[in-house]
Amino acid sequence: MNRAEREAAARRIMERVPPQVPPELYGDVLRRGARRLRRRTLTRRLMWLVLCAACVAFFVWAMTARPWVEPPSQTTPPYTGW
Amino acid sequence: MRQRQESQAARRAREFEAFVAGAAGRLLHAATLLTAEAPDHNPRARRLLTLALTHTYACWDRLRGEDPYDRTRQYLANRFARAAWHQYGGFGRSRAHPDSPLARLAPQERLILVLRLYEGVAEEQTAALLGLPAERVRAICDRATTTLLHPPRGPAAAVAKPKVAPS
Repeated sequence: MNRAEREAAARRIMERVPPQVPPELYGDVLRRGARRLRRRTLTRRLMWLVLCAACVAFFVWAMTARPWVEPPSQTTPPYTGW
Repeated sequence: MRQRQESQAARRAREFEAFVAGAAGRLLHAATLLTAEAPDHNPRARRLLTLALTHTYACWDRLRGEDPYDRTRQYLANRFARAAWHQYGGFGRSRAHPDSPLARLAPQERLILVLRLYEGVAEEQTAALLGLPAERVRAICDRATTTLLHPPRGPAAAVAKPKVAPS
């Protein structure tokens, strides 16, 4: 028995009794799939919301703290009485 | 916008129903062979197929010309490989039913045999899918074919026990 014959025989053994597809399978898949899609949409919206909130928070903090402005000098005394 | 979404959902449902009607029988047969259950009582295979089809449904709009059957089969195989890895030698969950033609084979042998011979996936693709070298896939496939055609004597359950390799 060569390789092709052996493979054909194995294929025949495996294809002997096909199982019946249960009728409720499609509805089950549809329900689960729709739920997963809904959850995915919800998660995406939530992530966008968090991102926007973080952007706004950063902007407000930057406007109030102004970290790019040079802080007033602490070492040299003010140059007065000239 | 809403109208477009609704029409897209309707189209997806229509296409997906046609796909399931055409592919579910063959995929369920493959899943039943994988889990080594009897053809008329296959809860694990049904669960496996339900999860795989759910995955396909969820990413249906992003397939972009890819074959949904191929995608479902990949997911099915990967999921079975993972489950077999975790349940190997577990309590009764991975016990093969004697009615199944592949009852004497180990989970990995069943997986490779089903992918290679029943589904007709090429050797290189099977190897890439499972993360094994192609020579190893060929060797396992040959060994599984031989076991299937010339079953060793003794009860089928003897093969399912994990054997300790002599060193």
